[in-house]
Amino acid sequence: MSDKNNMYAQNNDSEETLSLNDDRRVKTLSPGALVMKRFFRNRLAVIGLIMLGTMFAFSFIGGMISPYRQDEQFYTYTYLEKEYVAVTKNNDFRYVAAEGKEFGSAAQAQFLLAQMTGKEEFSYKDVTYGVAQEGTDFYSLSVDGEPIAIAYKDIVNAADGAEDLPFAVKYAALTAYSNEETGAFSADGKEYELDDAGNISAGGEILGYISRFVVQSKENGVVITRDFKERLEEALDGDAEEFAYTGEDGEEHNYSISYDASAKVWSVMQETETYVYDQYSQPSSTHPLGTDTNGMDMLTRLMYGGRVSLIIGFIVVIIETVLGVILGGISGYFGKWVDNLIMRIVDIFYCIPSMPLIIILGAAMDGMRVDPQIRMLYLMLILGFLGWPGIARLVRGQILSLREQEFMTAAEACGISVSRRIFKHLIPNVIPQLIVTCTMSLGSIILTESTLSFLGLGVKFPFASWGNIINDVNNAYVLTNYWFIWIPAGFCILISVLGFNFVGDGLRDAFDPRMKR
Amino acid sequence: MRNYIIKRILLSILILFSVTFIIYAILRCLPASYVETMAMQLAAAPGAKPYEEWISQLNASYGLDKGILAGYFIWLGDFATGNFGDSWKFTVPVIEKFNDVIWLSFVMGAISFVLQLVIAIPLGIIAATKQYSKADYVITASALVGISLPTFFFATLLKLVFAVKLQWFDVSGLVGRNYAQLDSWGQFMDKANHLVLPIVTLVIISIGSLMRYTRTNMLEVLNSDYIRTARAKGLSEHKVVYKHAFRNTLIPLVTIVGGSLPGLFSGALITETIFSIPGIGFTSYQAMVIGDIPFSMFYMTFLAVLTLAGNLISDILYAVVDPRVRIA
Repeated sequence: MSDKNNMYAQNNDSEETLSLNDDRRVKTLSPGALVMKRFFRNRLAVIGLIMLGTMFAFSFIGGMISPYRQDEQFYTYTYLEKEYVAVTKNNDFRYVAAEGKEFGSAAQAQFLLAQMTGKEEFSYKDVTYGVAQEGTDFYSLSVDGEPIAIAYKDIVNAADGAEDLPFAVKYAALTAYSNEETGAFSADGKEYELDDAGNISAGGEILGYISRFVVQSKENGVVITRDFKERLEEALDGDAEEFAYTGEDGEEHNYSISYDASAKVWSVMQETETYVYDQYSQPSSTHPLGTDTNGMDMLTRLMYGGRVSLIIGFIVVIIETVLGVILGGISGYFGKWVDNLIMRIVDIFYCIPSMPLIIILGAAMDGMRVDPQIRMLYLMLILGFLGWPGIARLVRGQILSLREQEFMTAAEACGISVSRRIFKHLIPNVIPQLIVTCTMSLGSIILTESTLSFLGLGVKFPFASWGNIINDVNNAYVLTNYWFIWIPAGFCILISVLGFNFVGDGLRDAFDPRMKR
Repeated sequence: MRNYIIKRILLSILILFSVTFIIYAILRCLPASYVETMAMQLAAAPGAKPYEEWISQLNASYGLDKGILAGYFIWLGDFATGNFGDSWKFTVPVIEKFNDVIWLSFVMGAISFVLQLVIAIPLGIIAATKQYSKADYVITASALVGISLPTFFFATLLKLVFAVKLQWFDVSGLVGRNYAQLDSWGQFMDKANHLVLPIVTLVIISIGSLMRYTRTNMLEVLNSDYIRTARAKGLSEHKVVYKHAFRNTLIPLVTIVGGSLPGLFSGALITETIFSIPGIGFTSYQAMVIGDIPFSMFYMTFLAVLTLAGNLISDILYAVVDPRVRIA
């Protein structure tokens, strides 16, 4: 009322020539316009409105103009060091028995004892074995003067693609090698050649080679070539930490060598270009807020997450309001036992601990593996169904006082039907308070939903919601190192909820006719 | 008055029956995934009985083979005689686990509640006495920010700043790594140190509503006729605000504070879970997510009792404190 008085005063000043009862002197404002005027005078409310506008534009328009989809995954090439081969220097004796002979592990153990104590022979299971050192770390074992096995540390490998060498050749080659006698040797009546590098050849063709290094491939389907091994051994002898090798395909690869002293293994890592999800990439021009753990664009996820959070908020509020208005209206209008019954139901609902209940239901839905989309629907229904009692109480209280007023008596006298009286005459009078409550509860629903999603019990992957984006901080590494994953989402929630609360607060003040400002 | 209290208590009991029945029915309608998982594990053991036999045996031993109504009355009988059952998750009687964890929650709740009162009430009064001033705007806006802050986000921010960057506190848990080596004073300080961040979270998150409540009520009192009278007779502004207005603002404050006393026991589900503080909230969260029916049932009934007690206390206090209220 006072606003109108003020306006009279103002108009009087400027338009004094008009007569007192001239209509033009009176600037009429509808109640709605008055509310608007009061609302826009409230600075906090306007800030809230701007915040909400920004968040809505960000979520709904932003999602449309974003060049990416919400579940689009990005890939990147990175150089990953993969273990390519492992090299060990052989320090254990290896044994080869002659064709048709046996030299089992128990006998091998006996040989080791004999070798360590320097004995010339040992017996095992009534057989006496003769031990003869043929060269450095090379022994032959014989029974009755006939060689049955050899024990060696330098390993005789067959050449790439060649057949394994026979016992006699190995024996002869190792004898020569361990005594550093390179040149020709014969075995099984054939002539062989041993060169400085340990290559065994016959008639110019390399059949095998001797080396103390064992090279094991760590990748499936990779055959380590002789050439590679030799180059690698050279590098190892020179204590190199890196070496480059040009393979048969003509491509040069870089390898890094590291020695594990405890396992006595050199591991050779190959840098390979690998195609991976672009996880947690730092903010850049293509991804202003970086990418998340699945290699999805964070900004786009945030926009779609906003859609989900806001839409859930609205749908839940609609469910709450419809239930609350119907039940509260019936209760307030009819009074008596209907009122009593509905209010007791409201009491019961008030008393149900909602957060624990939703957590249990969420966990159960996890257990039943509910489809994420249906799950979202259930979540809205549950939240809405648990939220209506507050609105019902508000509506009932208003209607109790309104129905005693004269306009209701008039409505009744006019013979207007009951449902029409409730929904056309009573409810519209409750709408101001209803709008305030709904605005405020939109904020709290967004909070509840994001809390649930944060706990992993609300909106689920592949759908984004602001809560489940922050969920990633359960990984301590993300918490400390990737601020861009969770801080923007947190501020989105804060800004939207704060916006709803500012606007709700402003509306409450604006609707209040006693407000003077 | 006595009749009113008796009537209210009887009504509360009736409501409690309905609430527990609804919760029981919901819990029973859900697939008891805990029992199924357990039966599957037991059946997978070499030479074990088949799954069906195990599940029926487990259901029988947990009282799940009866109908919902019969099961509810059995539960109710047990509950009334103080037999709260054994927790499935913690494999101890529910009441034992509850006794272990409730006091920590209570201490946490009580400290943060006192802090809230000490901070929120003076600020609310300042905001009301200086309505529309800068101070009022700042206080109102920060109250709303507190209400709008998502607990988990704020707690995580605190963790990042104070635990990770500044390293003043541990990221989570109630005791530090070297707790066992400390003397009793050191152990106390260690626990206190771990409770700082959770309590700060609780205070900041919940301070806003009390602040706004104080402000609204103080404004209402300041606009009333007797304050105008007090001013008219020439009392100093200080006397008007702190003697006449504040005392009358205490009426709604006392009722709401009294009403929230039982809530101190309810624990802070989210905050405790985020900071891994083994209070009632975190414990029941762990029990609830694996479908531990006895513990969940107990916790939810406990919460319902607390809510009802809070409402009852605030209604009674209202009648006691405010001489204008008369209960027939």
